[in-house]
Amino acid sequence: MSVGLLTSVALAAGAAQAAGGHAVAAKPFILTEHLPILIVVIPLLAAALTAMLRNGRVAWAISLAVSWILPILAVMLILQVEEKGIISYALGGWAPPVGIEYRVDIVNAFVLLIVSVVGAIAMPYALRTVELDIDEPQRAWFYAIYLLALTGLLGMTITGDAFNIFVFMEVSSLAMYVMIAMGRDRRALIAAYQYLIMGTIGATFYVIGVGFLYVVTGSLNMADIALRIGPAFAESSPPVMAALAFIVVGISLKLALFPLHVWLPNAYAFAPKFATVFLAATATKVAVYILLRFYFSIFGSAISLTDLPITEMLLILSIAAMFIASVMAIYEDNIERMLAFSSVAQIGYITLGIALANKSGVAGSVVHLMNHAAMKAALFAAIGAILYRVGTARMSELGGIGRTMPLTMAAFVIGGLSIIGVPGTAGFISKWYLGVGAIEHGWWVVAFLIVASSLISIIYIGRFVEVAYFQPVSEASEKGSDPPFSMMLSIVVFTALTIYLGLDTAWSGQLAEKVAAVLVGGLAQ
Amino acid sequence: MQALDAIVQNYNYAITVFLMVSGLYIVIASGNMIKKIVGLSLFQTSVYLLYISAGKILGGTAPIIDRNYTIYSNPLPHVLILTAIVVGIATVALGLAIVARIHEEYGTIEEDEIFKETGL
Amino acid sequence: MKLDLILRVTTKAILPFILLFALYVHFHGDYGPGGGFQAGVIAAGMVILYSIVFGVEAAQRVISQRLVATMVPLGVLIYGATGVISFLYGANYLDYGVLGHDSKHGHHLGILLVESGVIITVAGTMTAIFYAFVQRGR
Repeated sequence: MSVGLLTSVALAAGAAQAAGGHAVAAKPFILTEHLPILIVVIPLLAAALTAMLRNGRVAWAISLAVSWILPILAVMLILQVEEKGIISYALGGWAPPVGIEYRVDIVNAFVLLIVSVVGAIAMPYALRTVELDIDEPQRAWFYAIYLLALTGLLGMTITGDAFNIFVFMEVSSLAMYVMIAMGRDRRALIAAYQYLIMGTIGATFYVIGVGFLYVVTGSLNMADIALRIGPAFAESSPPVMAALAFIVVGISLKLALFPLHVWLPNAYAFAPKFATVFLAATATKVAVYILLRFYFSIFGSAISLTDLPITEMLLILSIAAMFIASVMAIYEDNIERMLAFSSVAQIGYITLGIALANKSGVAGSVVHLMNHAAMKAALFAAIGAILYRVGTARMSELGGIGRTMPLTMAAFVIGGLSIIGVPGTAGFISKWYLGVGAIEHGWWVVAFLIVASSLISIIYIGRFVEVAYFQPVSEASEKGSDPPFSMMLSIVVFTALTIYLGLDTAWSGQLAEKVAAVLVGGLAQ
Repeated sequence: MQALDAIVQNYNYAITVFLMVSGLYIVIASGNMIKKIVGLSLFQTSVYLLYISAGKILGGTAPIIDRNYTIYSNPLPHVLILTAIVVGIATVALGLAIVARIHEEYGTIEEDEIFKETGL
Repeated sequence: MKLDLILRVTTKAILPFILLFALYVHFHGDYGPGGGFQAGVIAAGMVILYSIVFGVEAAQRVISQRLVATMVPLGVLIYGATGVISFLYGANYLDYGVLGHDSKHGHHLGILLVESGVIITVAGTMTAIFYAFVQRGR
């Protein structure tokens, strides 16, 4: 932010005051004080603006500018949090816990960084794919809806108010349903409809749970609830238990925990290519963050969760996800659906870390949020590029695609190695933390199962690699060539990120351990 | 008898549970996409009642400060539910819009027929 | 359409009153029951009544689809911009207290501005939903 702009803003304020003759003392506008709200308001206003202008190219340019500003704000927030501790921003000047509070600590600053960085890297990819997927009259609306989805995801992450989470959750979800329904394939409509039904049930379950919490604690501010829930639980435990059950099930629908994942494969497979990349890397991650928040920071602070069957439930469902979804991925011919099932399996690893509930396990979950975002974005972007050039994502038709689209397939292989968890890639780091967490917990079998499930992913990734490199070039693959520069840029950056996060763990690992310490620390209190 | 008394006295919660369960049942059991949306809407409505029940204080009046009254109802649940109603409208409108598009594309809104056709 | 003379005449007669009522609800929203949301729905109800009686084409000559599609984001912009004005006075987002010469007037003005955004968006959205559904399947 240039000094010139700041001065002009201050000047405008001064001028407005002189004209109005207001008695209120002028306090200059200081950007760094308003970071928490700016990260939500900028995409919101940009969404309205793009919808007003109704020009696809202009809308893309605005979205690009916004998507590149947001990571800067997110980094500034992380630096502020590291320097000064928790940031609290009272909306409308109403002090918390009465008013809505935006509360940033290291946990959600980290998630904000993931979401905003994914948006920034994916944006160049949108230019060409949206031109192919969406007709011109709707393009500006599509970008407006993308910005609304971004607003919702960032808002869910940053807010400290439990009901505000519901509102932002629905903003982002509604935007996502629309994005998916705009896919070219007519099955996209069915996918969007299924997601709408499941997503709304999930959100309603969540809001029922928050209602119970409000009845017993009289507060909606999450920090305040965490303080009051202990005495409330001691007085009467059934409503708190009901709240826990409703919230966990509701959020599990949103994050596609194993038996509740039915909406996910179709949604990812038939959405416009850009939407798939963005959603696969962000939507479920933010839902996981909400689960972490409620599980550890709110319920964990009052109830000994290890005494409840919820830990075992999470553990069993996570392991079921890791194995069953991986096996389903093996039998899938459509590569996008295969990767979507792989996402369900990867979410299993994330929830496994939550079930472990020790520092290494949770650090594994947290670091996997970031690593999985990077590698799944790289994989879906690569497949999107193949779809863009060849028009099909059926494995049986894509023989020899590795020879006609070498760079794209190289990116796919690196992303695939990361899914398997080969050392040197991001996926290895997550699995390492999870394995250590399982052993620390004394669950040797679980550590073994983590390795065993990775072996299954070798099969489905290897199957496509074999088709792409060792089969003769098929009719469809002959049309292939590496995609335009703007798309290649996103693919290369996502892939580079996957390798970087696998090699240099000093930064990401430390951050994840700090985040885990805050979360598990809440559990220990 | 005591259990019955408890239900009659907390009739608002009984209605909430009835709406919630019947709404969810329609969503799961019906194969008609419009009926599913109706069920979803019913399910959301039950939540409105749950919140409003919590906001009612017996003998309380509208929360506008007045010398003649000392007991006020809690206004916050009403505000929350106003927001939830808006969210509900948006969801239902979008759901119906998608169903309208599905009908244009497939010529039917019965789930089993569509699944048979697409093999999803 | 020629036979329902009474319907046509009464519709024309009550249209201005519906709009007036919408504005009443809007401007009394900060002190009495009502506000931009309810007012927006009432105003959209006026357009819907008109198009049911006189046909959508007639309604769209007055309130075009382009106008409706502009109203939806415009209201959001007004709402968001009201919040941003608070920044210029150094207050937090949506803190209306600083807009007037005292906190009470500031809140009055702030609520009115925000509600103006709401009425525009809600009226636009409701009309847009109606137009979208009514033009399907023709």
